[in-house]
Amino acid sequence: MAKKKITKKVYLQWYEDMLFWRKFEDKASALYIQQKIRGFLHLYNGQEGVLAGSLFAIEDKDRFITAYRNHVQPIGRGVPPEKVMAELMGRITGTSNGNGGSMHMFSKEHNFYGGHGIVGGQIPLGAGLAYADKYLGNEAITLCYMGDGAVRQGAFHEAMNLAMLWTLPVVFIVENNGYAMGTSVERTANHTDIYKLGLGYEMPCEAVDGMDPSKFYPVIQEAVDRARAGKGPTLLEARTYRYKGHSMSDPQAYRSKDEVAEFQKRDPIGIVQKVIQDKNYASDEQLQEIEDRVKQKLKDCVKYAEESEFPKPENLYDDVYIQKDYPFIKTP
Amino acid sequence: MAREIQFREAVAEAMSEEMRRDELVYLMGEEVAEYNGAYKATKGMLDEFGPKRVVDTPISELGFAGVGVGSAMNGLRPIIEFMTFNFSLVAIDQIINNAAKMYQMSGGQYNVPITFRGPTASAGQLGATHSQALENWYANTPGLKVVVPSNPYDAKGLLKTAIRDDDPVLVMESEQMYGDKGEVPEEEYLIDLGKARIDREGSDVTLVSFGKIIKEAYQAADELAKDDIQAEVIDLRSVRPIDYETVVNSLKKTNRMVIVEEAWPLGNISTELIAHCQQHAFDYLDAPIQRINTADTPMAYAPTLVEAFLPQAEQVVKAARQVLYLD
Ligand SMILES: Cc1ncc(C[n+]2csc(CCOP(=O)(O)OP(=O)(O)O)c2C)c(N)n1
Ligand SMILES: [Mg+2]
Repeated sequence: MAKKKITKKVYLQWYEDMLFWRKFEDKASALYIQQKIRGFLHLYNGQEGVLAGSLFAIEDKDRFITAYRNHVQPIGRGVPPEKVMAELMGRITGTSNGNGGSMHMFSKEHNFYGGHGIVGGQIPLGAGLAYADKYLGNEAITLCYMGDGAVRQGAFHEAMNLAMLWTLPVVFIVENNGYAMGTSVERTANHTDIYKLGLGYEMPCEAVDGMDPSKFYPVIQEAVDRARAGKGPTLLEARTYRYKGHSMSDPQAYRSKDEVAEFQKRDPIGIVQKVIQDKNYASDEQLQEIEDRVKQKLKDCVKYAEESEFPKPENLYDDVYIQKDYPFIKTP
Repeated sequence: MAREIQFREAVAEAMSEEMRRDELVYLMGEEVAEYNGAYKATKGMLDEFGPKRVVDTPISELGFAGVGVGSAMNGLRPIIEFMTFNFSLVAIDQIINNAAKMYQMSGGQYNVPITFRGPTASAGQLGATHSQALENWYANTPGLKVVVPSNPYDAKGLLKTAIRDDDPVLVMESEQMYGDKGEVPEEEYLIDLGKARIDREGSDVTLVSFGKIIKEAYQAADELAKDDIQAEVIDLRSVRPIDYETVVNSLKKTNRMVIVEEAWPLGNISTELIAHCQQHAFDYLDAPIQRINTADTPMAYAPTLVEAFLPQAEQVVKAARQVLYLD
């Protein structure tokens, strides 16, 4: 497929989506402070441009898999956001019936394959999803995301090799947000061009601006097309930034406020908003309407989640085996 | 002179003292140096020992666990920190196939004086991948030693001994204990590996446990005492080797036993103790031994499911009353 034109409609969609994702994460953060969400909570703020650009390049049948910074990707794929909020709050109505929590979102209906808590664990899975599509002769391709920290896992390197060896229809996207917890990319390797890891496998690879969806989109579209044409995988390094701490209890002594502010000048939502305003795609009132809509949608999410029940103790056994009469050991 | 310090301070003290004592000891792991430890259990160590001996790594558990084993085969005494033992699963090959077997495979030529440490088991609502108690997995492996301290005093003494031990030792802690305070002497002390401790003497029923979940046993013992039931509480401290003698002697005194272990029920430390006791103290048993383990499922996220999953003091009380034929 040729590259699609980024029309007014696309910009307005990007704006509304990214704004919703941002506000969704902010709300999750507030709910965490109120202890309504527990455990870890990794927010996507700052990285929205990568997701917006990616979603424009794929079709419903395509597959999507990522790590634990995964609340808004399923929403982008069409999962009702209140289901994600309910999962965050541990309710039975959540995307995984309250089993998964913040790091483990899934939606089979929307071809969203998780939500993975072990760094790098999802990378071979992404190759495996693509393996099945190739085997079955499906047209679908897989987008497989990971952080900059994850490329230091053995799983990454083995999956890269296998994907090339078997010409799998998969695009690997490294969301390089500069840090793995408190460890900057330069402290994890003797070079910082992560995309060059593709060279050793002769995999097409490239670094791209991940802050601006209009720059990220055409590059990932090319990679998606290559995969769909049966020409194998691509490794993309999306250069982006996370505004928030790694999870909720991160003092962030490893970076300066100035550095964060510098990236916020190139905020993905701001970039898209500027295009909309410069090109007169929407009036200030229309942008305000979008914001109001976003706020209302978010309120509905929280209401839905808060009114949902917690799972019952016996639900612990519901989703462990398909076999419904599996003989669990019960102690005492 | 004893003072009160936190569990995480006891861990840092143990490592620091051993590093002062022996140049060959070094510490390696994710966020151990500049970040002062993901749970601040290595605070101040980079400042004192510098980057040669306190080493931050990329997220490469398989790699740095293996580097640790290799360096131990060539004269060093590494302490390898796993941010949590859940992440040791990507390195388990290095621990089980390399660290545990090297001495035997090499006909006694290469020993592996390495310490693997970090938190194990659940720590609140972290979901299935971040809540696994792997003590019995590692304890199953010949060639390893596995200790599980439950308080700052034991944490320091056991870790120091582990670092000096010439075999591979795993020291398994808990995120939920790092803030716990306890008395720790100023003077140096070591605790032998493989020795249980009787925390509380009693004659009516023996409660055996280890690690952070022992708090449920303490709480149960308090509850039982209100009804004049005197529980003896044993902290195993080490799950490989196991101090069977202390357990069997207690059982011979109380004739009743309840084991509390945060672990999946199929083939764990509890079942091992039960097998041992029925063989070596059969005639002393006045009731079948009971065990309280986690549910036979992965841990789930929702608060209601976490509670249903973990051993609870009330269950221990109930089981103790049951072996006493009170209910
Ligand atoms: C195998 C493994 N080791 C360690 C961790 C703990 N951990 C969770 S996230 C993280 C940092 C990952 O950074 P990166 O891949 O850059 O992703 P980001 O958080 O920046 O999105 C670490 C070390 C883990 N979850 N899994
Ligand atoms: Mg990162």
